Amino acid sequence: MTPPVAIDARDLTRRFGSFVAVDHITFDVRAGEVFGFLGANGAGKTTAIKMLVGLLAPTEGQAHVAGFDIRTQRDEIKRNIGYMSQRFSLYADLTVRENFRLYGGIYGLAAKRIAERTNMFLETLGLVPNADDLVGKLPLGWKQKLAFCVALLHEPRIVFLDEPTGGVDPITRRQFWELIYRAAQNGTTVFVTTHYMDEAEYCDRISIMVDGKIAALGTPAELKQQFGVETVDECFVRLARGAQKGEAA
Amino acid sequence: MVKELHHILRDRQTLTILLMMPLVQVILFGYALRSDVRDIRLAVITPAPDAATQELTSRFIGANRFEIVATATSPAAIEPLFRQDKADVALVFDSDFGSHLNGSEPATLLIAIDASDPNTGTTYMNYMRAVIAGYQQELNAANHSVQIVTQTRMRFNPTLESVNLFVPGLIALVLVLVSALMTAISLSREKERGTMEVLLVSPLRPQQIIVGKVLPYLALGFANVLTALLAAWAVFHIPFRGSVVLLLLEAILYTIVSLALGVLIAARTSSQRAAMLGAMLVTMLPSTLLSGMIFPIASMPGWLQPVTNIVPATWFIIIARGIMLKGVGLTILWRESLILVAMAVVLLAAAMRSFKPRLA
Repeated sequence: MTPPVAIDARDLTRRFGSFVAVDHITFDVRAGEVFGFLGANGAGKTTAIKMLVGLLAPTEGQAHVAGFDIRTQRDEIKRNIGYMSQRFSLYADLTVRENFRLYGGIYGLAAKRIAERTNMFLETLGLVPNADDLVGKLPLGWKQKLAFCVALLHEPRIVFLDEPTGGVDPITRRQFWELIYRAAQNGTTVFVTTHYMDEAEYCDRISIMVDGKIAALGTPAELKQQFGVETVDECFVRLARGAQKGEAA
Repeated sequence: MVKELHHILRDRQTLTILLMMPLVQVILFGYALRSDVRDIRLAVITPAPDAATQELTSRFIGANRFEIVATATSPAAIEPLFRQDKADVALVFDSDFGSHLNGSEPATLLIAIDASDPNTGTTYMNYMRAVIAGYQQELNAANHSVQIVTQTRMRFNPTLESVNLFVPGLIALVLVLVSALMTAISLSREKERGTMEVLLVSPLRPQQIIVGKVLPYLALGFANVLTALLAAWAVFHIPFRGSVVLLLLEAILYTIVSLALGVLIAARTSSQRAAMLGAMLVTMLPSTLLSGMIFPIASMPGWLQPVTNIVPATWFIIIARGIMLKGVGLTILWRESLILVAMAVVLLAAAMRSFKPRLA
């Protein structure tokens, strides 16, 4: 039973010594939406996502992911989410199928189910002939799409993508976003961080982090109207002018 | 060249290791590398104690190198003392030593030496002979013509094979080096590539991740143990006087300790290179120089000796030599085995705690 709100955060804060990486952020993500978590490098996005997936404890504040408390119910959260890390998730010296089998096993899926879903994903991506290739040999764009599918393998309610389209050409990025839409249509909530502001246009709602705080929150249309500009990129530039840390994307 | 300088100076961890470690080691090992011996544990067997045996015994005490740990009246006492590693040498007086000495017949003595370490064995023998010769000279100088005939028996290693000394130690060294390196590399590679993050987000607990990564290396480590022991037996003809099964079990235990050490090193370092460096330094030199493999612990300065107790190799070498050369079993080696078990538990617990997901 999916709660209508997939993620809610209240005054979520994380300090490292005297440095406040995430400063009392408050926001909601609705079930089934594609939520873009934007901000410059160093604005605190990765830290925030780490707190939401249970890799880091918050210093203050609270949050619920898929209805579970991030402080006390981390195990339940882990079972119900998918994660694609910034630096890769697939093992280069295993084949595509072996990677799927590994993660399927980790999430407790039956062998038959893993095989079914693997074949489904491979067909969707058109990568059936590459099922037994070593992942290390595949081009970057394919690896990223496969990593995304692996994150979806156990049919999680929410999938977290941390800068999933880094270093890849615009066409592949487009194809990747098509995969994201498909997942959202199936009811999966997609929480994606990126510093490509043009990708923001693809999201249902976005938030922009500056210096650890959420400086803007709403649909891309709302934000553009709020700042009186044509693109989300421009919104960001306006906000970033007042920023003290991080660099403009 | 300037670029290289920047690389070196900015890699804090590796820099610390490269600068501090040699310094620490030179100081530490300068103290450890002694091949002279002190505090030789002497057992004195006197079937017929009299003034003469008293005299000679007191010469040994006076020599300041020996420590009398036991006295007995029968030579049967020696074997258990050696097996339990309670004495290093024994001085056995003939029952008519005293009367022969006074009556100008050759008086006989037997020196028995625990030669499982043939280097120290020879040294012990020389010291003992020196004391006896000194006593003999003294008596002769006092116009007393005297002849003391000394027989020597090197226990456990009659032909003084130095290979019997080295090989158990070598096995200990190779096992700890390879095992620690294997796990250190595997885990730090995972950390570096970013795949560790994904594992930590999954429902897997850190304990499961660590066990899953360590077990296959245990299998590899066991294979290493088998080949090493096979080589020791087939190529070097090292005796295997005790239980081979016990030796294998102890070796597996020791491998677990080494694997856990590797995991801990990986958890505490931030790059694969630092992990490899750390693994090599922490295992190689202490295991070679501080474990009693080559340089006897008894001749290290007092403050250094407790340090040797932290080195797992120290305990495994005692166990391996005990089983292989002396043929002793668990009843004697239970203390050392328990220590290895404790080390494994402590290291694994520390490693698991370090891997708790607080990555940033």
